[in-house]
Amino acid sequence: MTVSNMQDYVTIIVADQLFGIPVLEVHDVLRGLKLTKVPLAPVEVAGVLNLRGRIVTAIDLRKRLRLPQLENYENGLSIVVEHNGEPYSLMIDDVGEVLSLDKNELQPTPVTLNACWKDISGGIYRLENELLVILQIERLLDITANSTIAA
Amino acid sequence: MDDLLSEFLTETNESIGIVDASLVVLEQDPSDESHIDGIFRLVHTIKGTCGFLALPRLEAVAHAGENVLGKIRDKEITVTSDVVTLILEAIDAIKGILAAIEETEKEPAGDDADLIARLNDLAFGETAFEAALATQTGKEPSLGIVSEEDLEAAFRAAEGPNAGSADKKIRPGEVSLEELEAAFQAAEGPDDTPEPTAEKKPVAEKVTKESSIANQSIRVNVQMLENLMTMVSELVLTRNQLLQMVRGMGDSEFTVPLQRLSHVTTELQEGLMKARMQPIGNAWSKLPRIVRDLSHDLGKKIELVMHGSETELDRQVLELIKDPLTHMVRNSADHGLETPEDRVAAGKPETGKIILEAFHEGGHIIIKITDDGRGLNGAKIKKKVIENGLASEAELEDMGKQQIHNFIMRAGFSTAEKVTNVSGRGVGMDVVRSNIEKIGGTIALTSEEGEGSTFTIKIPLTLAIVSALIVECGGERFAIPQTSVLELVRTSAEGNCNHFIEMINEAAVLRLRDQLLPLVHLNEILRLETAADEIADQSNVKGAEEFIIVIQVASFVFGIVVDRVFDTEEIVVKPIAPILKNLALFSGNTILGDGSVIMILDPNGIAAMSGDAVVGSGSSIKEETTQAEVKEEKVALLLFRAGGKNPKAVPLSLVARLEEIDVDTIEVANGRKVVQYRGKLMPLMTIDEDTKINEQGRQAVLVFSDQDHTMGLVVDEIIDIVEDYLDIEIISEGDGYVGSAIIRDKTTDIIDVGYCLQKCFGNSFSGSDVRPFDPVSEKQKVLLVDDSPFFRNMLVPLLKSAGYDVSTAENGLDALKKRDIGEHFDIIISDIEMPEMDGFKFAEEIRGDDRWHETPIVALSSHTTQGDFDRGRAVGFSDYVAKFDRDSLISTLSQTLKECGSAK
Repeated sequence: MTVSNMQDYVTIIVADQLFGIPVLEVHDVLRGLKLTKVPLAPVEVAGVLNLRGRIVTAIDLRKRLRLPQLENYENGLSIVVEHNGEPYSLMIDDVGEVLSLDKNELQPTPVTLNACWKDISGGIYRLENELLVILQIERLLDITANSTIAA
Repeated sequence: MDDLLSEFLTETNESIGIVDASLVVLEQDPSDESHIDGIFRLVHTIKGTCGFLALPRLEAVAHAGENVLGKIRDKEITVTSDVVTLILEAIDAIKGILAAIEETEKEPAGDDADLIARLNDLAFGETAFEAALATQTGKEPSLGIVSEEDLEAAFRAAEGPNAGSADKKIRPGEVSLEELEAAFQAAEGPDDTPEPTAEKKPVAEKVTKESSIANQSIRVNVQMLENLMTMVSELVLTRNQLLQMVRGMGDSEFTVPLQRLSHVTTELQEGLMKARMQPIGNAWSKLPRIVRDLSHDLGKKIELVMHGSETELDRQVLELIKDPLTHMVRNSADHGLETPEDRVAAGKPETGKIILEAFHEGGHIIIKITDDGRGLNGAKIKKKVIENGLASEAELEDMGKQQIHNFIMRAGFSTAEKVTNVSGRGVGMDVVRSNIEKIGGTIALTSEEGEGSTFTIKIPLTLAIVSALIVECGGERFAIPQTSVLELVRTSAEGNCNHFIEMINEAAVLRLRDQLLPLVHLNEILRLETAADEIADQSNVKGAEEFIIVIQVASFVFGIVVDRVFDTEEIVVKPIAPILKNLALFSGNTILGDGSVIMILDPNGIAAMSGDAVVGSGSSIKEETTQAEVKEEKVALLLFRAGGKNPKAVPLSLVARLEEIDVDTIEVANGRKVVQYRGKLMPLMTIDEDTKINEQGRQAVLVFSDQDHTMGLVVDEIIDIVEDYLDIEIISEGDGYVGSAIIRDKTTDIIDVGYCLQKCFGNSFSGSDVRPFDPVSEKQKVLLVDDSPFFRNMLVPLLKSAGYDVSTAENGLDALKKRDIGEHFDIIISDIEMPEMDGFKFAEEIRGDDRWHETPIVALSSHTTQGDFDRGRAVGFSDYVAKFDRDSLISTLSQTLKECGSAK
């Protein structure tokens, strides 16, 4: 086994579910930044914020994953990823540790998963106590293709 | 791309630009030796570098060009326009090759033999040609290396120009580059003598000197500047935050260093802004060449004068106005200027002038393009407008010169009768205008037929930073670019301000002076509240204060209703994230001074989005409120003083001109004071005995005029022009006044112009003492139909003062429209001679329809013959009154109404 098979993931928690994002894609972890709402935007877009002079689009992961809304989102924790040169901040409940995992152990996404989840999942890691869903940032941010106006 | 090559391309492109411009100057003034030296040197440098970079094709062309230039410098060839044309052709060829190199990094395959041959022919003449032949034949055996094909190519190349045009056509691609090179070298052979090597040395020295100057500036990648700009904006933000913190701390040791930091930051920001600036001359550099070519093609003599080319503006803006400017200069040359013969015939100098000016004015750049050509032809434009269906003849009648001229900037308009290759392709000024408006600029036009036209373009200095109005709606803040904001209006339902929002069905509208503005609620179009909230809030919101931002998008004016208006702020526009790109309502977003992000509203998007609602209900709004508008209409009034302390006023629309006459020119004719005015006698009168005509000096006079009569009213002083409601509070007791009104918080007497005219030309003025005013509890409605705005303006205050509620219509058709929308009047006063539908026809129409058939109609006419009278009676007029006879008009009105009332 070679080192190249190992991949570091930042783990995040949304509605008690553990997700992983490749560590190199994560630019920042933010707390409590003021959001500006964007009227008429897709529901997943929570607003825009100012991160050191860059305007970052905030994505509400709970909405994106069709999860119930938190009663009070006080934590204001989010994780900044970049896609096609544009920064996005993903609103999450909590951030966990960084895990180094072997790519060979990545399991395919179960077919029974809800279509929305299946779409964004890049596979599952079976950790000791729970399961880790790997997020495909590209799919996650593809909001226009996956219109959710009905929501 | 190879660094060296890209450096070469930038440098050469610049040099070519200079050569272009210098050549044109040289052509105009061949004696100016400073230019030819410069041109020669630049072309020489290009040739040298080409050799170094192994670009044989480019080198060959440059070399041939250089030969000719060398001859010119040595005064062996005189500069004629043919010579310059040929050199310019060579320069164009170089440009073409450069462009291809830029794309492919390789020299394009191609053939310049013809051009080179012509250049050489010019440089060395017949002899050179023969010499070239001789050299080839003579040297061939000894050289040995020249192949047969090469020779053939050489022959063809050298032969070309002499053998006439038919032979010039060498099929492209037939000759390889090497062959060409060989041909070129062979032809060049014997010319070594006329260009002494001694000459070359100083040139080389000059070149080194030049480059040392060039070393003082460096080229920086634009992206680099953009990044710096972003960082500086960030620095400004951080500084602002620090300042805020320190301010809260009171006296602190940080204060002084922070102040320094603040200064440096500001300077840094300004410096960087400057670094992005470029002189507008860069956009103009191509114009002399273009104008020169145009003057050739069109056979006109044109002089291009440029002022203020050092005026700087943002490079982004510069890029965007380059093409519109070029187009406008082309237009001026093609349409604006006349041919030399026409100019001489018109008594103008043979050479036409196009003047380009640029200067700063309050955060904007003004660019003016003036020509002294034929100016815009109003009649021609009108004809075209009608042909293209842009407006009807009647609409045009009402338009001023300016409005008609502005048609040339409408889509689908071109005055050039035939399409030349220069302009007149149907896309023209409208594209220019929309391009300029796209960057928040405006374009205006003034033109005097026979004397020329001036286009004035006003554009913002930069697009990166714009001034925006910050507003709040539904708890969110938004920015609206200042450029599209016309004004702000505060409204309230509590009646403590002049404006309030009215509803027509479900559409909100606002009366604003003479306009009825469609309104858009920002919270509705942005769906800031859910439907349920909206209904609940509606009642609350209505009572509260609201602000309306009046926006103009193209010619469409509308209002956006917001909750609050903050300050204006200079904002740095940042593009919107791709995920939100399809939101047409936002043009970008930005970070405010306090660090929060806000969205920038796009007025175009809002107009488009609300277009359905706004435009759909627009027509009905107009119709339903026409009547209401008449009552509320504000009138422009001219305030003046004439005897007595109180100001006097007259509707501005009645005043033809304001004049100052020399009192010495006042003469007396038939017992009355008159002056000679525009070739006619104009009687002068005073409004009452108190007004004295000055003993000497000059006297202010208001000139009233209708088609036939002109009179002057002597006044002491003209005070101002105001817009106000003309509500006559007290009806006048004395002649010459309509009554008194409050204007600008002062009691003001309103002059009765009708009386003045009668007094001067008073054919039917009876001077009767009948007080026509009959207080009626409920105002009776009068519809006044007259095509002359003069009479409408004169009679409306008169009728109002008599206690009537007056509506007006321009002609019979216009009046019938009022009938169609269900308006009702107690009496109609109608003129007889009117366009579209005259009074007789109008009366017949009314009598023939049961909606208005009971409404009495009084005819109003300037000539009253028995025949007219009878005919009037026959078609159903109730009475007949002469136009100037205001007393009998009023008494007829009340009489007729009384009769009708009793008849009912």
